[in-house]
Amino acid sequence: MKIFGENSIKNLLIVIAFSALTALFLILAFILLEGLPFIFNIGIKNFLLSSDWQPMAGKYGIFAMIVGSLWVTLGAIIVGVPLGLAGAIFLAEFLPRWMMRIIKPAIELLAGIPSVVYGFIGVMVLAPLIRDYIGGPGLSIMAASIILGIMILPTILSISIDSIKAVPQSYREGAFSLGATHWQTIHMATLPAAKSGIIAGIILGLGRAIGETMAVIMVAGNAVILPGSPLDSVRTLTANIALEMGYATGMHRQALFATGVVLLLIIMVLNYAATISIRNMNRKV
Amino acid sequence: MEDTVKFKIENLNVYWSGSHVLKSISMDIGANKILGIIGPSGSGKTVFLRTLNRLNDMELQIRIEGGVLLDGKDIFAPGMDPVMLRKKIGMVFALPIPLPASIYNNIIYGPSLSGITNKNRLDEIVVKSLKSAFLWDEVKDRLKTSAMRLSGGQQQRLCLARTLAMEPEVILLDEPCSGLDPISTTQIEYALKELKKNYTIVLVTNNTKQAARVADNTAFFLMNELIEYGPTGTIFTVPGDIRTMDYITGRFG
Repeated sequence: MKIFGENSIKNLLIVIAFSALTALFLILAFILLEGLPFIFNIGIKNFLLSSDWQPMAGKYGIFAMIVGSLWVTLGAIIVGVPLGLAGAIFLAEFLPRWMMRIIKPAIELLAGIPSVVYGFIGVMVLAPLIRDYIGGPGLSIMAASIILGIMILPTILSISIDSIKAVPQSYREGAFSLGATHWQTIHMATLPAAKSGIIAGIILGLGRAIGETMAVIMVAGNAVILPGSPLDSVRTLTANIALEMGYATGMHRQALFATGVVLLLIIMVLNYAATISIRNMNRKV
Repeated sequence: MEDTVKFKIENLNVYWSGSHVLKSISMDIGANKILGIIGPSGSGKTVFLRTLNRLNDMELQIRIEGGVLLDGKDIFAPGMDPVMLRKKIGMVFALPIPLPASIYNNIIYGPSLSGITNKNRLDEIVVKSLKSAFLWDEVKDRLKTSAMRLSGGQQQRLCLARTLAMEPEVILLDEPCSGLDPISTTQIEYALKELKKNYTIVLVTNNTKQAARVADNTAFFLMNELIEYGPTGTIFTVPGDIRTMDYITGRFG
């Protein structure tokens, strides 16, 4: 009886696990089946390396959007990583424990704010500020980068704090007893030990930045042009799908699936590169 | 014990979140001697050791009363910088914790914090401290490899070498051989006996025989109190207190 119960639970779990995997696999297969034939049909070069996106005229070049996605993501990293890392070091190393108990949940709450709210603040506050004081149309790479950088902050902060806190006290004592100051100890003992956790946090943030759609549509301006400066409008890959899916049919619809394929590839490459770099760094130590 | 006094401890009391973990400790630690501190786990040995280089300061719930004088100066005086103090008082822990860097960089970490940047000078320090810790012959061909790849005994001697590289005046060791095999233990003990010519050494150990082998003076801690303190020969042959006798003969603890 007991054995029977044991086995049936195991089988049930297997079925559930495979259903989850199957769902993921089917989605992947569907995107590829819809997108890949289209890409080969109009030619990889015409699709990836042309900036001419006129679905009504049968022109489907997404180069400008690839560049737009990468710029916006890079910008988010430039804004979010230094702030997140410096904030995490301060919160984990210098803040008294009782304050930490208040601030940590507050940070996690930030992660739960819907992206449309961030986007709304971007449109109403940030974009006019950029337009009035720096230049350009306001709705731009810079606006999107700042909004995304703030959006990925909670992820980077809370994972970095956890990994800094997880460094054994004995590591710090080792450095302290060599006559290191608090900052030298952080630099030489704590951060190297927490490094892979911090990088994992940055990668998660990166994934969120490149995949984010709503806030980016609201603040990036969405013009299909190759950006010349951070003050120009851009359209990202995610924005392209979201903006046009409502009325796309036939080839146009397939083109949007193909955009999804490219997005998927970029995320896979970024994740892979990040994994490799973590592995190399761990080996070097 | 009538030699130069390095550390003078006067009526030291330490409280840790309500409990009294060191009770009225007074003792003189002689320069260029090895002081062995023995006693069962939880007797306050480690707290005592960590008080000497103010490593306990970082614990929030700790309160320290009484005086600890290093060369006649109170280490808890307001003008005393704990960072400067720890440059003078090196410490080796029970578990060797190399910094996540190469063997070479582990050794030069302390000296470069003190502002030494001359490459030749740093090379000299690396050679000298590795030799003093009896590790040089084993690692001289791979100074650039990660310290994490060394064996436990080698890591512990690396930590000793790293401490020596700062040219401290005192070396504190907290059960440095607890995780080591007998051969590595012998190597460390041999190194300590050589080092006492230039350094004052305080060795906390759970191994009473180790204290008997290397220490000039021995202190016996029990239940947060200093029970007995004197020349090692006396402590191990004619202890003055029945509890010391029981402990070193293995009747309890």
